[in-house]
Amino acid sequence: MAHPKRKTSKARRDKRRSHHAIADVTLAKCSNCGALHKYHHACPECGYYRGRQVVNVAN
Amino acid sequence: MRHQVKGRKLSRTASHRKATMRALTAALVKEHRIVTTVAKAKELRRFVEPLITRAKEDTHHNRKEVFSSLQDKNIVTKLFTEVGPTCKDRPGGYTRVIRLGFRQGDGAEMAVIELVDYNDIQPEGKTTKKKRTRRAGKTNTPTSTAKEAPKTEAPVAEEEVAEEVVAEEAEVTAEAADESSEEETEEK
Repeated sequence: MAHPKRKTSKARRDKRRSHHAIADVTLAKCSNCGALHKYHHACPECGYYRGRQVVNVAN
Repeated sequence: MRHQVKGRKLSRTASHRKATMRALTAALVKEHRIVTTVAKAKELRRFVEPLITRAKEDTHHNRKEVFSSLQDKNIVTKLFTEVGPTCKDRPGGYTRVIRLGFRQGDGAEMAVIELVDYNDIQPEGKTTKKKRTRRAGKTNTPTSTAKEAPKTEAPVAEEEVAEEVVAEEAEVTAEAADESSEEETEEK
C-alpha cells in the first residue's frame, strides 16, 4: 500500500486551508428602521419585509 | 440522476407527512398566517394551493375532493365559504413565504407562510404592538411630552370622560357582537 513519505508540514497544511474560509453573509439595510438584515429575510429588528409588517418582533 | 423526485420527505413516514400537511393546512386556513420552518412552509404550498384552487368553485364534487385530502369538515367549510371567494380573482400563487432567520434550539430556518389575499388582517394588530417598541427607542421624548401636556391641563376631567366613553363603547360593542356574531362568522 502507498504511504505518505513525509509528514505534512505546518506551512503546507495551512496553505491548503487558505481557501477554506467561510464567506461573510451579505447584509442589507432595512428600508423601515435602517437596521441590517439578511437578503430575502424579514428585518429582525422591526419585522418588515419589502415595506410591509410581516411579523411581530415585540414579544 | 434525480429524475422524478419531487417534494420533501420532512424526515417523516408517508402517513406522518400527510398528517403534518393536514395540520398545517388547518392552521393556515384558520389563522391566514403561520410561522413554521422554511421546508414545511414550502412543502405546504404544494399541498394547499391546489386545494384553494378547488375551493374557488363551490361544487359538491370539489368539496368531496378537498375533504378527501383534509378529513376535516370545519376546515373544508371555512375554505369554501371564506378563503375560496377571497382568492377568486387570483390565478394561483395564493401563499407567500417570507424567511425569518434561524430558530434558537435546533437552528432550523423559520418562515412565515401567509395567504396573500389576507394582507391587512394581522399586520394592523402587529403594527400597534410595534409602535410600542418604537416609543421605547427613538421617539421616546416627543410622544411622552405630547401625552403629558394635555393631561396636566385637565387630568381629572379627562379621565372621568374617558372612563365613561370606554364603558359606553364596551356596552355597545358587546350588544353589537351578540347580535351580529352569526353574521360575522359567516363573513369571516
